[in-house]
Parts: sequence; structure tokens; C-alpha cells
Amino acid sequence: MKPARFALTIDRLCHQLIENHDTFQDTCIIGIQPRGVALADRIHQRLMAITGVPKIEYGKLDITFYRDDFRQREKPLRASVTEMDFIVEDKHVILVDDVLYTGRTVQAAMTSLQHYGRPQKVELLALIDRRFNRDLPIKADYIGMQVDALDEAYVKVEWLKPDGKDQVLLFPHKEN
Amino acid sequence: MSAQQLSTKHLLGIKYLTEADLHLIFETADNFKEVINRPIKKVPSLRDITVANMFFENSTRTRISFELAEKRLSADIVNFSASASSVKKGETLLDTVNNVLSMKVDMVVMRHPAPGAPQFLSKHIDANIINAGDGTHEHPTQALLDAFSIREQLGDFQGKNIAIFGDITHSRVALSNIFCLKKLGANVRVCGPPTLIPKYLPQLGVEVAYDVRKTLEWCDVANVLRIQLERQDIKYFPSLREYSQYFGIDKELLDSLNKKVIIMHPGPINRGVELTSDVADSEHSIILQQVENGVAVRMAILYLLAGRK
Repeated sequence: MKPARFALTIDRLCHQLIENHDTFQDTCIIGIQPRGVALADRIHQRLMAITGVPKIEYGKLDITFYRDDFRQREKPLRASVTEMDFIVEDKHVILVDDVLYTGRTVQAAMTSLQHYGRPQKVELLALIDRRFNRDLPIKADYIGMQVDALDEAYVKVEWLKPDGKDQVLLFPHKEN
Repeated sequence: MSAQQLSTKHLLGIKYLTEADLHLIFETADNFKEVINRPIKKVPSLRDITVANMFFENSTRTRISFELAEKRLSADIVNFSASASSVKKGETLLDTVNNVLSMKVDMVVMRHPAPGAPQFLSKHIDANIINAGDGTHEHPTQALLDAFSIREQLGDFQGKNIAIFGDITHSRVALSNIFCLKKLGANVRVCGPPTLIPKYLPQLGVEVAYDVRKTLEWCDVANVLRIQLERQDIKYFPSLREYSQYFGIDKELLDSLNKKVIIMHPGPINRGVELTSDVADSEHSIILQQVENGVAVRMAILYLLAGRK
């Protein structure tokens, strides 16, 4: 995916969100650490620019301690910072991640979200949806692009910030 | 730069950790400190783990702190105290622990009056062992929470002056603190009556002083230890009153310095002996922050050890 197409996709996702959430009064955007945050940052900024709403609640959620594969990995994962300075009670939550793959990250994020209250509704936005690789009955409400790839392939989203240019890369195997 | 995972399977002492391990523990503890300040303080990471807290010696703080840390990580817990067990009937340490382990326990948190007991155990059993204090040898989690608290106050350790006051000979906290602070690049000085300072200390790169005022003027942080009367089989100083006169820290002394010294104490405090009450409760003191940090640091250690394959 090239930078121009990339910007277009982000804009489309933003407009889809605006269709459903209007002024974002009871809506909050939550990026899943670490890689969903870059996308959530971008979406959050674009939304404010397009709608002119001065403040849209925005949080970063780390789900490392909620993962179901702890102790099945070679090494424990490093946690990132959680920045949630609001409670999601009765709010509309939009979870944001870059790649929706097995669905396990999203499941962990939903478990972790319970600790911040009972949201009215939770939606999922993913830039890339690897629709044939799901382990759990989870599907995204807003999708940037669908990628049909084999199980062993690895999809990586690169961003202007912090690590390089905006692009989506598909590798035949996971790099080490 | 910190490591991806701990270099060791057990936490027997600070001596066996690398500097990268220490930074990894602190960074993980930062995350857990955020967790324990949430409205719901629990995460499910250790839900499939059972931890045995085996205390062959009395403890309030450490034991409650470990228990809370384990509960906040959703681990299952069994508690054991020597006074109410078959140890009284003559069972050996290894037999006791093996019996507990055969009930499928994954981690052992142990406090024992004999120095080296956790090392001995680690050679014979499979579970992860966390030393919660072994006699006069080491108390690694206390040193880690002390260092974590110093890091919160001062940012880093390079070139910082840390003084340890009191009974150095009988203190496992002192030895673990010395190993930990030296690995992190701090300058360490101990101060106390000559009878309570072991003679090998300079070999660890530690300075020795006998004057409380001068040492306070030198240091950024004063870690004041308890006089461990229960471990002193002979008289090391004439009386507690004389000790507090020469080595106790009071408000007057602190106020007469032209700088702010951070006061730490691992607890339990003998009020009026090593610290007067007005110092222990003053704005200089971070004693209660230390206790709070204890839970976060212990969560980090349990999490990192459990995550190792």
C-alpha cells in the first residue's frame, strides 16, 4: 500500500466513524499498544481536523498482562505504557489496532477494558484485516484493507512516525 | 539498555543479577505501579500459576506485600509458616519443600533464618525460587524496591551518593542494597558503630564512615536500618540510648543540614532509636512510598520469572 492510498484509507475510515458517531460526545478512541497507537494517533488527529471537535477522548491501552500466550512464548513480552485517564462506563469505545490477525489481541483488549468500566458499545477498527487467519469469532467494524495471506506470512504496517515511511508490507515469513 | 528477559531462573540474591536485569525489573515495575493504582488492580497474567509462600521466619510487610503482588497477578497462593507446621516435628527443609511441590506448586517464595537456604534449595528443586530474606545474607526484593524508590526520586543512580546507616553486620537489607546500588553506578557509604560494620566492606567498593552528621552532609539518600537485637548474640554497643544519641537521626539534625536528604527505612522502625518519630513522619521520609513500591516490584519479579521458559 502506497503513501497516497494510505492517506485516502485513513480519511475513509475517519468519515465512516463520523457517520456513526457524529460529534463523538460519548465516544472514545482507544489504541492498542504498541502498534495500534500509531494508527489511533493518526485517526484521532484527522478526526479532530475534519470535524472541528476540540476534544475527542483518547486512550492508549497496553494488554501485555492480559495475553493468553504468556508462558508459551520464548521470552516474556515487554509491556508498554497504558494511558487511560477516563472511565469507559456507558461510552462508545472504538478499539484501534493496525493488523487484525488471530483476534487474540482484541480478546485481551476487551478483557482489559472491563477494568475501566462497562462500555455502552465496543467497536473495532483495523487498518489491515487478515480475514482467513482468525482463531476467535471476532470481526472488525471498520476495515482499511483486507489482506488474504497464508498463516505463516507476516503483515507489517510502517508509519511515517516513529519508524520509517507509511506503507503496508507483506512478507512470506515472519522475520526474526 | 535493559534485557528482554531475566538472566536467571531464581531470584536468590542481587549478587546473581546483571545490571540489565535490574533495569528490566524497574521498567516492568513501572507498568505494575500503574496497574495497582487503577480502580481495578488485578491482571490475569499468572492465572495458571501456584505460588507457595514459605516463611520460616516472622514477617509482616514482606509477606503481605508478596501475597498482594501474587493476588494482583491472579496467581493461586498457599501460605506456610514454620511455627504451625511439621518443621516443629523435625522435618528437613528439603522434605518440607518437596512435599509442597508435589502438590504442583510452580514458584516458592521463601524466607529462612539460615543464610544460603534458597541457594541450597535451588540446586535440588525445579520450581522458581524467590528469596524473601535468608538470615543475615540477602533480601533482594527489599533492595530492588529501595532502588526503585530511589530511581523515582532521583531519576538515575550514576554518581548519586547513598548512605546506609545502622547495623550493617546483621542486615541482609544492607548487603543486598550494596550489591544493587554498586551495580547501578551509585556511590555507597555505610555509617554505624565500628562493632556493627563488617571489615570486608571496602572490598565491595563501599566507603565506611562513623560520623552521622558528615555522612548526612555527603549523601542524597539516607537508608536507615533497624538495630537487629534478635540477631545480636553479644553486646555490640553499651545501650540503645547511647546508640540513638550517637547514631540516631532526629529532626534537629536534619534541619541543621543545608540540603534535603531523602530518608528511607525498610521497616519495622524502632521509633526513637534509629529515627525519631518526627523524622519518620516528615516530608523527608519516603518510607510509605517504599511499601507501595514493594508490591509493584514484587509483581514485576513474579511476572518476569514466571514468563521465563
